[in-house]
Amino acid sequence: MEFDPFLLARLQFAANISFHILFPTITIGLCWVLFYFRLRYTFSGDKAWEYAYFFWVKIFALSFALGVVSGITMSFQFGTNWPGFMERAGNIAGPLLGYEVLTAFFLKTSFLGIMLFGKDRVSNRMHLMATALVAVGTSFSAFWILSLNSWMQTPAGYRLEDGIFHVESWWAVIFNPSFPYRFAHMFNASLLTAAFLIMGISAWRARRGVDGPATWKVMRTGAVMAALLAPLQVWIGDLHGLNTLEHQPAKIAAMEGVWETERHAPLTLFGFPDEEARTTHMAIKVPGLASLILTHEWDGEIRGLNEFEGEHPPVAPVFWAFRVMVGVGVLMVLVGLWSAWQLWVRGKESREGQGVLLRILSVMTFSGWVAVLAGWYVTEIGRQPWVVDGLLRTADVVADHSSATVAGTLFGYVLLYLFLLVSYIAALRYMATKPARSLSLMPQQRAMNAERAQGEA
Amino acid sequence: MDLGYWLPLFFAGAMGLALLIYVILDGYDLGIGMLLPFADDREKDVMVAAIGPFWDANETWIVLGVGILLIAFPQAHGVVLTALYLPVTIMLMGLILRGVSFDFRVKAGDRHKAKWNTLFALGSLVASVCQGWMLGAFVTGLTGDATSTLFAALIAVALPALYIMLGAAWLLIKTEGELFRKAAHWGRLAVWPMGGFLVLISIATPLVSQTIADKWFTLPNAIGLMPIPIATGLAWAGLIWIFNSRQILHHGYGWLAFLSLVVICVLAGIGLAYSLFPDIVLGQLSIWESASSTESLLFTFWGAIITLPMILGYTVFIYRVFRGKASDLSYE
Repeated sequence: MEFDPFLLARLQFAANISFHILFPTITIGLCWVLFYFRLRYTFSGDKAWEYAYFFWVKIFALSFALGVVSGITMSFQFGTNWPGFMERAGNIAGPLLGYEVLTAFFLKTSFLGIMLFGKDRVSNRMHLMATALVAVGTSFSAFWILSLNSWMQTPAGYRLEDGIFHVESWWAVIFNPSFPYRFAHMFNASLLTAAFLIMGISAWRARRGVDGPATWKVMRTGAVMAALLAPLQVWIGDLHGLNTLEHQPAKIAAMEGVWETERHAPLTLFGFPDEEARTTHMAIKVPGLASLILTHEWDGEIRGLNEFEGEHPPVAPVFWAFRVMVGVGVLMVLVGLWSAWQLWVRGKESREGQGVLLRILSVMTFSGWVAVLAGWYVTEIGRQPWVVDGLLRTADVVADHSSATVAGTLFGYVLLYLFLLVSYIAALRYMATKPARSLSLMPQQRAMNAERAQGEA
Repeated sequence: MDLGYWLPLFFAGAMGLALLIYVILDGYDLGIGMLLPFADDREKDVMVAAIGPFWDANETWIVLGVGILLIAFPQAHGVVLTALYLPVTIMLMGLILRGVSFDFRVKAGDRHKAKWNTLFALGSLVASVCQGWMLGAFVTGLTGDATSTLFAALIAVALPALYIMLGAAWLLIKTEGELFRKAAHWGRLAVWPMGGFLVLISIATPLVSQTIADKWFTLPNAIGLMPIPIATGLAWAGLIWIFNSRQILHHGYGWLAFLSLVVICVLAGIGLAYSLFPDIVLGQLSIWESASSTESLLFTFWGAIITLPMILGYTVFIYRVFRGKASDLSYE
């Protein structure tokens, strides 16, 4: 069977970016959580917060390493698989990626050394600052990368000369129409992913009875975050949807499975979109609700897929991914509110008293990953067949490799990623099982550093 | 001033500098990775601790190097990376394995530590060999014919030898006791293949490429260029002397070995830049032909001249914070 090299190149990019995004999603949010732990123990002197910091900084470091190495792969992918993109859009994509490396990548990777290993080599203030700088660095990374991604979704501030993009206004390029919404949505998604991760692992520890002094404190932090941020995410998502309707109506039509342009469009809760028959089978619909949600008016007009024939994304994956994202999101809102009620308002902190909650939180440990991946599939598959929306087709920028070459490397990547993913989750599990005292090697480290200081003096 | 002329030149220089810094800094990381199997378990921990606080940032220099290729020379970026598709992909897998093993080896539990140590060494070896291959193919203009393939194979073996030397020299700075003696021993062994490769490459480069031969062997250039091979030879001789002198090693001057290697890398970098200039893909594309539009370059230029000194500044700061010998348990 002969595979289409274009499809293989897309699958390879999808595999790389799906694997990559898992880790920044954790670290962007988790780093600010760590900074919070760090602040709490600086100001309260409470050992539990110090312990929480050192427990979670290890998980952060592991996630960070996976994010960095898979991020390096991303920086090469443009050239190896999509050279046409850089040749045509290099004037815009290049500087945005360049600023990411210059203002963010170096910052976070450099100060990570101090954050992880420098506790006793620098002052408390410097260590606090290093933690903050790593957090700022990861957030800056997200800023530039999302700016470029948003520009590909809603290009602005450019002019085309002989098929090559040139910049008219950097401000318009960077702050293109979908960027503020996408950035807010993704940044908040990271914080939520981190919230459910810290709750999930803490719950798991509590259930096994290996909880240290900080387990419940951390769980409560996560619960408060989730209760505030999950509803906020619904609101940001709604704004993002309005923005997408304005700029990428074909994507919205695919998300909602709307075939014909109509007013008072019904919301399809469930169904099987069929692109050949151009209809959604077994659809369960709520009249008028799609118009209400998307335009905030009962008889707002939604343009259907049939208006964009040949230029709209594949419908089923976008339709389904969107339902997965929304479904998990709703679950996160409910669980977030409930756990905040249980842990914060009722304040009951025991394995016996919170059996059900702990079980649910353990299951939800990686719920952020599911929602984020589904969300990115919506937005990225939803942009097809374009790489730069409405201007440059993905098929026109692919590299000319044989399908055997791309299939071979794709196979290699997928094997490697599966292996690493299993190892990552196994390592998290192992770290979560370790009893509290063996995790805190701080005194030992301090003794060692003191010894060295004496030697030098 | 003609920005269309100067900006590509600036970015070519910045890219060369970033890749040179990468070779030196991640070179010692990768070298230590390759030396890992020859140390005992306790020494392995110290070796990893010796690169622990630095490797993340060290690796970032290749992102900057490739980043500048992508930002400033998008046409060349496509040509180079498409031609080097396989070595780049395999190198990336090597770098991934090396990078994650670093964390997994201390976090996945003692049962799995040996496995992650092996993957750490394997990843380092694979990445180094592929980088050598890429460099060799790049220097011969990405033609892919028999001679250039042979040349690429030669550099694929040479670059790991250089990295191992850098690794051994870094260990002289960061370790003491038995491991220090082992590092000196490794250096004494690796210095010979490294020197042999230096000579072979110097002979092979002009043979493979007529353009490069013309640049080096026409008068009066040839005379003006003589200091480069002579100084490289002297630095290499110095390296042998340092690694064999108990006096130097045991009185805390082990860092001289690293310095000699830096000198060799800088000279090789200058030689390479001279060979290639003004082409970015030898015989195919010049830096001006492949450059981005001037307004894009200018926008990045302002960012680069503000941030690069800051990056260099905090890099120095971090090396100062972690100066001195590495402890065996700086992490976990």
